[in-house]
Amino acid sequence: MDFAFTEEQELLRDSVQRFVRENYPFDKRNKLAETEAGFSSENWAMFAELGWLALPFSEVDGGLDGTVIDTMIMMEEFGKGLTLEPYFPTVVLGGGAMRRAASPAQREAVLPGVIEGTTHLALAYAEEQGRYNLADVATTARADGDGFVLNGRKSVVLNGTAADWLIVSARTAGKQGDAEGVSLFLIDSSTKGIDRRGYRTQDGGRAAEVTLEDVRVSGDALMGEAGAGLAVLEAVIDEAIVAIAAEAVGAMTALNAATVEYSKTRVQFGTPIGKFQALQHRMVEMFMETEQTKSLLYRAAMSMDSGRPDAARCVSALKVQTGKAGRFVGQQAVQIHGGMGMTYELNVGHYFKRLTMINSLFGNIDYHMRRFAALDGTTEAA
Amino acid sequence: MDMEFSAEQQNFRDSVRDFFENTYPSDIRDKVRRGVSLSKDDMVRSQKALASRGWAAPNWPVEYGGTGWSPTEKYIFENEMARADVPPVVPFGMSMVAPIIYSFGSKEQKERYLPDILNSNVWWCQGFSEPGAGSDLASLRTKAVRDGDSYIVNGTKTWTTLGQYAEWIFCLVRTDPTVKPQEGISFLLIDMKTKGITVSPIQTIDGGFEVNEVNFDDVRVPVENLVGEEGKGWTYAKKLLTHERTGIAGVARSKHQIGKLKKIASSIPNGGGATMMEDDDFRRRLSEVEIELMALEFTDLRALAAVQTGGAPGPESSILKIKGTEIQQAITELFVEASGYYALPYTPERFDDGSNVEPVGPDFAAFAAPRYFNVRKTSIYGGSNEIQKNIIAKAVLGL
Ligand SMILES: Cc1cc2nc3c(=O)[nH]c(=O)nc-3n(C[C@H](O)[C@H](O)[C@H](O)COP(=O)(O)OP(=O)(O)OC[C@H]3O[C@@H](n4cnc5c(N)ncnc54)[C@H](O)[C@@H]3O)c2cc1C
Repeated sequence: MDFAFTEEQELLRDSVQRFVRENYPFDKRNKLAETEAGFSSENWAMFAELGWLALPFSEVDGGLDGTVIDTMIMMEEFGKGLTLEPYFPTVVLGGGAMRRAASPAQREAVLPGVIEGTTHLALAYAEEQGRYNLADVATTARADGDGFVLNGRKSVVLNGTAADWLIVSARTAGKQGDAEGVSLFLIDSSTKGIDRRGYRTQDGGRAAEVTLEDVRVSGDALMGEAGAGLAVLEAVIDEAIVAIAAEAVGAMTALNAATVEYSKTRVQFGTPIGKFQALQHRMVEMFMETEQTKSLLYRAAMSMDSGRPDAARCVSALKVQTGKAGRFVGQQAVQIHGGMGMTYELNVGHYFKRLTMINSLFGNIDYHMRRFAALDGTTEAA
Repeated sequence: MDMEFSAEQQNFRDSVRDFFENTYPSDIRDKVRRGVSLSKDDMVRSQKALASRGWAAPNWPVEYGGTGWSPTEKYIFENEMARADVPPVVPFGMSMVAPIIYSFGSKEQKERYLPDILNSNVWWCQGFSEPGAGSDLASLRTKAVRDGDSYIVNGTKTWTTLGQYAEWIFCLVRTDPTVKPQEGISFLLIDMKTKGITVSPIQTIDGGFEVNEVNFDDVRVPVENLVGEEGKGWTYAKKLLTHERTGIAGVARSKHQIGKLKKIASSIPNGGGATMMEDDDFRRRLSEVEIELMALEFTDLRALAAVQTGGAPGPESSILKIKGTEIQQAITELFVEASGYYALPYTPERFDDGSNVEPVGPDFAAFAAPRYFNVRKTSIYGGSNEIQKNIIAKAVLGL
C-alpha cells in the first residue's frame, strides 16, 4: 500500500498545472467555448509536443506506457482548469478502445495521428432507447460479402464532429439488450452514409448525433472479435469513469477553494460571511464530500491499475459518490456565492454545470448504485 | 375541517377553467406548454387578459381592484392557472410595489400608479439589492439627497430582474446616513427614463438574460415620488418581503410540473426494457418530492387560513419559501435525470418561439438542464434560504 506519487507523476502534474495557469484564464476559456470548434488547436499541438497525447498508449504503438493513475493526475488538473480540449473523448475513450481491441493494422492507421495531434477520435456507443445500458444496441452491422453494412443512430457522441475516426458499437448478432453479439467498428468519419449533427453541450464541450445509413465498411473495420465488443466497452468506460471522476475531483477542489476564499472576503452584516457557522459547516461538508470522492477515486484507480477483480465495483462506487458530491458541492458553491454564483461571467457556475454533466454521463447515481449492488461479492478487504 | 369544495366553489373552478380555455390567449398557453421564452408583449398581453376579467390582482383589497376571493378561491385560481399553462403574473408591480402604494402611499400616488399596474400599462422592477448589500439589505448605500423639490440619487442597484423591460423602478435609498442603518432608508419610485440611469445586462449561468445592473448617476427624482414618510422605507420593505415569500412557494406550479414529469417519464425508456415511470429508483425519488409537496400544499393552505382569520403572513411564510424553492429545484433536477445523456446538448435556439431547429433527443430535454441551472436562483433571491432559517430561528423558535 503506497499513496505516494512518483517523481515523474509529480512532474506531470506540475506541467499540466503550468499549462492551465498560462493558457486558461477564465474569460479566455469562455471565449474559446464560443468558437466554432470549441477548443484550441494550438493547445492541442502543445499537448502532442508535451507527450500528453501519447501517455496511455503502449511503447509498441509509439506511446509512453502511462497508467490509469497518470491519466487520473492529468484529468484532475484539467478539471481544475475547466479545459475544453477533447483529451477525454480522443485519448481516454477512443484511445481506450483502440488500446484494447484494435488490430495492428488499425493501430498503425490511427494511433500515430492521435499521438501527433492530427487525428481525433470519438466513441459512439450510446443510443436513445438504451439510456445507460451498453448492451441495449439497436444499431446493426449486417455481414455483406467480406464487409459489413451498418444502420442506426448513436446519441450524444462526444467530440463527434471533430473526430476523424468513429468507433461504433453495433449488433452483429443477438437481439437488443443481449450481452453477446455487440461488435465494435473503426470507421473513417467521412465514410458515405454517416451523418453527423454537431452541437454544443451545456458544459461548453461539443458532441454530435451520428446517424448511420447503409454505411459500408470492409471486414477489417471490425475491432477485436465479432460479438465480443461489450466486454471491451465496459472496460473502456470503467476506465473513462475513473478519468472523469478525477476531473470532477479537480472541479470540486477548485470550487471549494473559490468558495472558501469568497466567504472570507464577502462581507455582510459587518462580517465576512465565512464567519457564519451555518456556512462554515456547509463548507466543511463540501470539503469532506470531496475528500471522500478522492478516496474512492484512488481506490478505483489503484484497483484497476493492479487488475483486481473488484475494479468494476469500485468504479460504480466512485461514480455514485462523484454524482452525489458533485451535485452537493456544485449547488452549494453557487448558493454561498449568492447572486454572483448565478452569473455566467464567474467560473463557479461553469464548474457546477460540468459536474452536473459528469453525473449524466456513463450512468447516473441510480444506475451505478444498482450496478454496485449487483456486483456484490467482488470486493474483498484490501 | 373539511377538504371538499362546496358546490359554489366547484362552479367557481369551472368558470375559471372555462375562461382559461376559451377566452385567454391560447398562443401564450401554447408557448408556456412548449417551454419557449415569452416576450415582453406576451407577458403584458397575459396580464391584460386577466385584468379584463377582473382577475389581475386577487390579493389586492377590493377597493383598488382586488377580487375579494376567499383563500379557497385563490387556491382554486392558482391551480387552474398552473393547470392551463398560464404564466405567473410578473410580481414586481402587481405583488410588490402595489401593496406598498395602497398601504402607505398618498391618495395621489394611489390614483396615479395603481390603475396602470392593475391593467399592466406600466412595467415595474425592483431596485433593492446592491453589489455590497444583498442579505444585509439594510447596509445599502444608494443615496438620495434632498435638493429643493427633488432628490438627487446616486448609486448602483443590481440583480434587477427584467429591468430591461421596466418603465419604472421602486428603490430603497439612503436619505439619512447619520442614523441607524434601518432608520435612514426611504422608498422611492423612479421613472426609468430619467436622465442618468443606465441599465446593463448580466448573463446568468444558463445563458439567459433576466437580470441587470442599474446605475444612477445624479438622477433627479421629484419629492412627490417618495412613498410614505422619509426614513420609513425599511419598515415598508419588510412588509413587502413577507408578501414576496408567500408568492414564492409556487405550490400549484410545482404540482403541475410533477404531472408533466410523470407524463414525460412514461415515454422515456430506462434502458432496462421499461419506462422511467416504471423504474423503481426514479419513482421513489419522484415520490419523495411529491410527498414533500403534498405537505407544503397544506402548510400553505394553513397559512392562508390563518391570514383569513385576521393574522398577517408572519415568519411562518419563511417555511413556504424554503420548502417551496427546494421542491422547485428538486423537480428540475428530476427532469435532468430523466433526460439521461440528452441533458447534455445545449440548444438555446429551442427557447425561441418559431424556431424550426429539430430537437436533439426527446423534446423536453433541451429545457431540462438550463431550467435546473436557472432555478438555483430561487434559494438565493427573495431573502436567501439561509436568511429564512435565521428568521425562523429567531422569530418562531425564539433563539
Ligand atoms: C436571479 C436573481 C434575481 C434577482 N432579482 C432581484 C430583483 O429583481 N431585485 C432585487 O432587488 N434583488 C434581486 N435579486 C437579489 C437577491 O435578493 C440577492 O441575491 C439576495 O438577497 C442575496 O444577496 P447576495 O447575492 O448579495 O448574497 P450574499 O448576501 O452575499 O450572500 C452570500 C451567501 O451568504 C449567505 N449568508 C448571508 N448572510 C448570512 C447569515 N447571516 N447566515 C448564514 N448565511 C448567510 C447567503 O445565504 C448566501 O448563501 C436577485 C437575485 C438573483 C440571483
